[in-house]
Amino acid sequence: MDLAAGVIANGVLMGAVYGLIAFGLTIIFGVMRVVNFAHGEMVVIGMYVGYLLWAAFDGPPLAAVLPAAALLFAIGYLLQFHLVQHFLARPAHVQFILFIALALVITGAHLVVFGPNPRGIFSFASFEVYEVAGLRLDAVRTQAAAAALLIVVLLWVFLRASRLGRAIRAAADNRTGAAVVGIRIRHVYAVTAGIGMACAGAAGALVAPLFDTQPFLAPEFTLIAFITVILGGIGSLPGALLGGLLIGVAEAAAALVLPPSMKSVVSYGLLILVMLARPQGIIGSPEGAR
Amino acid sequence: MRQGAVLIAALAAVLACGPLVLDGYLLSLLALAFAFAFFGSAWSLMMGFAGILSLGHGLYVGIGGYTVAVGLVTFGLSPWLGLPLAGLLCAAAGAAIAWTGFRFAVRGVYFALLTLAAAELARILFEHWPLVGGTGGFFLPALGAGNVPLLSLRGGPDFFYLAFLVLMTAGLLVTLAIRHSRMGYRLMAIREDEDAARASGVPVLRMRIAVAALSGAMTGIGGGMFGLMNGSLFPGSIMGVAASIEVMIAPIVGGLGTVFGPAVGALFVMPVHELSEHLAQEAGVFGLNTLIYGLLVLVVVVFLPAGLAPSVARLLRGRR
Repeated sequence: MDLAAGVIANGVLMGAVYGLIAFGLTIIFGVMRVVNFAHGEMVVIGMYVGYLLWAAFDGPPLAAVLPAAALLFAIGYLLQFHLVQHFLARPAHVQFILFIALALVITGAHLVVFGPNPRGIFSFASFEVYEVAGLRLDAVRTQAAAAALLIVVLLWVFLRASRLGRAIRAAADNRTGAAVVGIRIRHVYAVTAGIGMACAGAAGALVAPLFDTQPFLAPEFTLIAFITVILGGIGSLPGALLGGLLIGVAEAAAALVLPPSMKSVVSYGLLILVMLARPQGIIGSPEGAR
Repeated sequence: MRQGAVLIAALAAVLACGPLVLDGYLLSLLALAFAFAFFGSAWSLMMGFAGILSLGHGLYVGIGGYTVAVGLVTFGLSPWLGLPLAGLLCAAAGAAIAWTGFRFAVRGVYFALLTLAAAELARILFEHWPLVGGTGGFFLPALGAGNVPLLSLRGGPDFFYLAFLVLMTAGLLVTLAIRHSRMGYRLMAIREDEDAARASGVPVLRMRIAVAALSGAMTGIGGGMFGLMNGSLFPGSIMGVAASIEVMIAPIVGGLGTVFGPAVGALFVMPVHELSEHLAQEAGVFGLNTLIYGLLVLVVVVFLPAGLAPSVARLLRGRR
């Protein structure tokens, strides 16, 4: 029982990071109606930033979060401003192919630069645990989850309270109206894409100490992000977090009874169940599915 | 329509002379290109005509491949029976997924992700299923001396070249026939405006299930032959995301919604794929092929949004 509780608790922690990844995907979709099929690749870029900074300076893994987020923000901003912007009015499948091509290019570049071998971060921190109410929580995971939650909360406040955040929400609600009141749509979209991809990058830096970094992890992160977003309701920001926690716990629970390589069966099963029973997601409104 | 059929027949007749002049390596490469032209035609029926994005066609390639291979080795089932069985199973799978996805009239993104999830789910299950060999793979025994290709549906490069040429030709003819059929017009009406199509009396759900079943069946049969050609099957490479993306690239590069797009795309993409792999090996840089491949698709999507087929057609017409 203790074991089960511990595993579930660690699942919750992992779920917070999944939530951050999904938050990035869903904000991009919510504002621009574009599905970033290369989201997992962005996470892997963040992981490599984490790995490289650790390899160069041997600092704490958390120190890599800001650089990774900044780099991915720049990538996201430039990609949106110069490339994706021209595809906004194109049909969904063309956008999909654009992102698949980007994903292939990023994975190819990763392979060329870093090779296929997994790169792990070894630090003594990974043996530390926190004891909270009798539960043994993995220290690195706890820090990652806390950081992920903090980022999500900060972004939430930013979207609610700041001028730019309100502009982003205005552009999401009514593009033409937002343009009429003088919001620079293209810039706002680019900022949104930057934020979305920065979420992925930050999450990548957070999980770099947990998984060995390698290029082929990307599709798995993309899929987890999709499943998370659909579970929570596509375009719903709180839904992304909720979906992340759900996936984290489901995977952790599955790891108790199934071989580890089969844990994602539960996520896919959950996804198909939700699509059968409640296609708009747990929180989302039916319109969100359209 | 008749002009198209004549063109397809002429193309097939010319290509059928291939084994007389080409060496084994080129025949294998072209057989691969024909295979992906056929997969592309099947996938394109959904995407190009019905506007349904499937990101999970690897599922049908895999189910088809495993049905024929496991049927042959484990149950002694002739591929002549295995291939139709593969088609049936994949038609059922395609119909089931389409029904699940479109029951509530959810659109685009949702359906695409559902197909992806189904393919990945199947990949993971197959990787843990001892009957199909799991991650260790499933292998066909080596061919005996008295092998008769037309009985065993297995043979050398020349046999598979011709076999996939037949499939590719069939795929082109099916696409051509559908394009000019009642079903094709209904599908295109759904693609252009679902609500208007429904209001005009098009049975939207039924048409979508039908095209998904047809597309699945074709891909399954192609997957069956593909498994026989490869001789070994691994869930990671024949099912799942990687295979699904591989299926999509040729028809997109070739041009969606056109009859010849998938064939043009495959005949361009597979040699480029092979060449980039060769370059990557030559240079000793792992991943260079993925990079080149990705850049190629990116260039086509950005600069040739309609694909290669219209440009090729213009070129041919200009010459005439």
